[in-house]
Amino acid sequence: MKEFVDGLIANGSFAGMPVEMVYALMMLLFGAIVVFGFALPLVTLTVWVERRVWARMQSRVGPNRVGPQGILQALADGIKNILKEDIIPDAADRRLFAIAPFFVVWGFVATFAVVPFSSHLVIADLNVGLLYITAVTALSVVGVLMAGWASNNKWSLLGGIRSAAQIISYEIPAGLALIPVILLTGTLSMQKIIQAQSWEPWNWFVFHSPFTFIAAQVFFISALAESNRTPFDIPEAESELVAGFATEYSGMRFALFFLAEWGALYVIGAIMTTLFFGGWQIPPVTDNVALQQGLQFGIFFLKSYFWVFVAMWIRATLPRVRVDQLMSLCWKYFVPIGFLNMIGTAVWMVVWPQQRSPARYLMFFLGVVIVVQFFRRVRFHLRRARPEMYYSPAI
Amino acid sequence: MTPAEVYQKVKERFGEAIESFNEKALDPYIVVKSDAVVEVCRFLKEDPALVFDCLSNMSGVDLLKEGKLQVVSHLYSYPHRHAFVVKVDVPRENPTMPSLEGVWKAANWQEREIYDLVGVIFTDHSDLRRILMPEDWVGHPLRKDFVEPEEYHGISTRRESLLK
Amino acid sequence: MSMAGYEVEVQRDGGLETEEMTLSMGPQHPSTHGVLRFIVKADGEVMRSAIPDIGYLHGSIEKISEKVGYHGFMPYTDRVDYVSAMQCNQGWGMVCEKIAGIEVPRRGEFCRVIACELGRIASHLLSVGTMAQDIGGMTPFVHALREREKINNLLEELCGARLTFNYMRVGGVAWDLPAGYSEKVLAFLDQFEPLVDEYNDLISYNKIYVERLANVGVISQAEAINYNLVGPNLRGSGLKYDVRKDEPYSIYGELDFDVPVGTGEVGTLGDCFDRYMVRIREMHESCKMVRQCLVMMPTGPVLAKVARKLKPPVGEAYIRVEGSRGDMGWYVVSDGSEFPYRTKIRTGSFAAMGIVDKISRGLMIADLIALIASLDVVAPEVDR
Repeated sequence: MKEFVDGLIANGSFAGMPVEMVYALMMLLFGAIVVFGFALPLVTLTVWVERRVWARMQSRVGPNRVGPQGILQALADGIKNILKEDIIPDAADRRLFAIAPFFVVWGFVATFAVVPFSSHLVIADLNVGLLYITAVTALSVVGVLMAGWASNNKWSLLGGIRSAAQIISYEIPAGLALIPVILLTGTLSMQKIIQAQSWEPWNWFVFHSPFTFIAAQVFFISALAESNRTPFDIPEAESELVAGFATEYSGMRFALFFLAEWGALYVIGAIMTTLFFGGWQIPPVTDNVALQQGLQFGIFFLKSYFWVFVAMWIRATLPRVRVDQLMSLCWKYFVPIGFLNMIGTAVWMVVWPQQRSPARYLMFFLGVVIVVQFFRRVRFHLRRARPEMYYSPAI
Repeated sequence: MTPAEVYQKVKERFGEAIESFNEKALDPYIVVKSDAVVEVCRFLKEDPALVFDCLSNMSGVDLLKEGKLQVVSHLYSYPHRHAFVVKVDVPRENPTMPSLEGVWKAANWQEREIYDLVGVIFTDHSDLRRILMPEDWVGHPLRKDFVEPEEYHGISTRRESLLK
Repeated sequence: MSMAGYEVEVQRDGGLETEEMTLSMGPQHPSTHGVLRFIVKADGEVMRSAIPDIGYLHGSIEKISEKVGYHGFMPYTDRVDYVSAMQCNQGWGMVCEKIAGIEVPRRGEFCRVIACELGRIASHLLSVGTMAQDIGGMTPFVHALREREKINNLLEELCGARLTFNYMRVGGVAWDLPAGYSEKVLAFLDQFEPLVDEYNDLISYNKIYVERLANVGVISQAEAINYNLVGPNLRGSGLKYDVRKDEPYSIYGELDFDVPVGTGEVGTLGDCFDRYMVRIREMHESCKMVRQCLVMMPTGPVLAKVARKLKPPVGEAYIRVEGSRGDMGWYVVSDGSEFPYRTKIRTGSFAAMGIVDKISRGLMIADLIALIASLDVVAPEVDR
C-alpha cells in the first residue's frame, strides 16, 4: 500500500498536503473499503455458510427460502434487527450498555489493518503486525465485561466474567503458540512471515518441525476459546445462561456481538494461514501482476475459509466444556505445551541452523497420511450409511 | 410376607397403637394412632423381616362425612418385594400429626404437598411450607368444603360463560 | 453504579471478603425442561444450595378428577406426563380396572403394551437428546427428534394424536391396530436399533461429554431409596428393580427382556452418566418387547364392556405403572358414585425434585443443569 500511495504523491495527485495527512487519509479510505467491502459482506456470507453447514451436519436443510438457496437470509436478518426496538433496561447503565457492542466489533475490525490478502494488498504492513493483532483482539474483553456489567443482571454478569476470564486465560497459549514462528523468521511482520515460506506445502511452517505442528493446533484451539466458540462457548451457553452477557441486548446491538464472533473466526483463519500454511503464496504461473494478485487473494481466502469451516464443524459436533475444566485445560496443559514448543523450536534451530531441515519432508508426509486416513474413514462411513435416512436436497 | 403376617408382627410389638386392620380391602391397611405412627413406621422400616425401605406414596384424603382427614402411606420393600398400607386419622379441628421425615426422606415433599392441599400440619417437619400453591394462598384446595376465593391479587376468578 | 435491589451476604472468610449471590434460575429458561424454578445461592461458580420452587404448572388435575368422572379423566392423564402419555393412560386405566374389578381382553393388553413401549422409546429419545443439548452438543438433539418424529407418526396412525394420545379407555384401548401396522412398526424398529449404537458413537463416549457427566451428582443407592427415586434414576444407582419385571402387570410377565442397571463404568456408581446410559440401554429393551408383542398378539376384542357411568364399589386402590420417568403410583378412593372421591398421582419427577437440593450442594451451576437433565424431570409431572 505504501508504495502505491507514494506513487500517487509523486504523481502530484495530492498537491500541497503534508505527507502524513495523505497517508492517514489513504489508510482510512482503504480501511473503509476493506471493512465495508470485504469484512462485513464476509460476515454475511459466513452466517449463511454456518447455518447451511450446521444444518447439513444435522441431517436437515437450513435456510433455503430467502433468495437463491437462502443466500439473502443474513440480509433479511440484518434488516429485521435494524428495525427492532432498541431496548435498554431501565436499571442498566445507559452509556456503557450502548457502547459495549462497539468495543467488541472494534476488536475484530481493527485486525484487518494488517491482514495480508496478497503481496500488495495490505493496508499497513506493520513491522509489529502480529503483536498488533494480539493486542487488538484483546479489546473484546473490555466490550464483553462492559456488556455483562452494564446489563444490571446477575446472569449477564456471570456470563461476562466467565467470558473475560476465558479470553484472558487463552491469550497466553495463543501467544505462546505464535512464538515458534516468530523465532523461525525473526520478525513480527505478517508479510515477511509469508515470504519466509513458499508455495510448496513442505515449506509451510506447520510442517517445519513437530513443535510448530503442535503449535498450530494449540493456536487454533486457543483462538477458538478466545472467540467464545464451541466447545468453549460457556459465556453464550444457550442452555445455561440464556445468552450470557448478551441477554439484555436486542436488535442491532445483539447482532453486532454475533457479527464480531463470526468475523473473528475469519481473522483466526487468516492468522493460521499466514503463520502456518503459507499465506498467499502461489506457484509462479503468471507474470501478469493483476492476475497474480487475484490468484493470491483467492488462495488466501480459500485457506482461511477452510479454517472457518473447521471451526463450524467442531461447533456442530462437540459438546461444551465446563468452566473449571476449561481453565484447567488452559493453565495445566496448553501453557506448558506452549513453553515446550518454544524451547523445542529454539533447540531445533540450534541443531539445524539452516531454515529448512530434511525433517519437513517427513512432517509433510505425516500430514498427507492424516488427510488420506481421514478420507478413508469418510468413505467407510459413507458406504455404511443408509441413504433412506439422510435427507439429500440439491445442496 | 402377606399383609396379615405383617399385621401380626406389628400388633405383637405395638398392641393398642394399631387401631384396626382391614384385610378384605384391595390393598390391606392398618390404621395407626397418630402419636405412635413414627415408631410404627420406623419398626416397619428397620425390622429385618419387613424392611419397608420405600415410601411409595403418601396422600391426604378429606373424609368430610366422618369429620376427619386421613393420611394414607403406601409402603414397599425392595429386598422382600411386599407392600403394605398405613393410615392415620387426624381430626379436622386439630389436624396435626408427627412427621415421617425422620424415617423416610421422601416424606419431606409429600408432607408439604399434603399440608398445602389438604391442610394436615406435620410437627417436627424441617420446612413445612406450601409447595404447589403460592405462598400467600388461603385455604386448602383439596378439602371437600373448599370454596374458591372470589379474587386473587385483584384478578377475578369468575368468568362469564362463553356459551351464552 | 451498583447492582440495585439484589440481596447479598457478605462473609468474611479468613480475611477475604466474599459475597454470596442469590440467583433465580427460571421459570423461563431454555434448559430446565419445563417451567421450573431454582433459587440458587452461589459463591461464584460453586453453589451453596439450589432450592426448587415448583407449582408454576399446577393444574389441579386431582381435583378435576372429582368432577369429570372415571371415564372423563382419561384425557387429563395425558397431561400428567405429556412426553410419554401412553403410560399415564395405562396407569389410570389400571387403577380403575382394579377398583371396579374389570378385566381387560388379551388383545387389548397387547395393544397397550405396544403403545407404552413405543412411547417409552420416544420419551427416552427426547430425554437423551435434551440432555445432549444441555451439555452443549446440538447435533444429537436433532437426530433424536428425527427418530421421535417417526414414532409419533406411528402413534398418530394408531390413535390420531401425536402428543396427548387419549388412546386407552377403562377396560382396554379405544381402537384396534390398523391394517398393515405391524409391518410398519417392524420396519421402524429394524431401522432404529442400529441408530442407538450410532448415538453411542457420536455422543455417549465422547471425552468432553464424559468429563461433564462422570462423577457429577452422585446418588448412592441408599439415598435413592430413601428419597423414593424411581425408574432409571434408581436403576442408575445400581438397584435392579423394574415394576414390569418384579411386580408384573398387564402381560409383561410373558415378555422376555432385561433390566439395565448403572455400573459406574466411567465414574462413580450413581452419577449422571449412569442414569444416561440406563436410558440408552432401555431403548434397546423396549424394541425387543415390541417385537415380541407383535409376534404374540392374539385376536379378539380390545375393549371390555364397561358401563357408561362406571360406579365402582366403595373402597380404594393403588397401583404402580412403570412410566418412562420411573414408576408412577396411582391411588384412587371411591365412594360408590361415578366420580372418584380422591385421586392421587405420585410421579417419579416429584421425588427427583425433592433430592435436587441435597445433591446440588457443592456442585457448579453447569453441573446443576446436567443433574436435572439426567434426572429427566418434566414439569407437568412435578406439578400436575
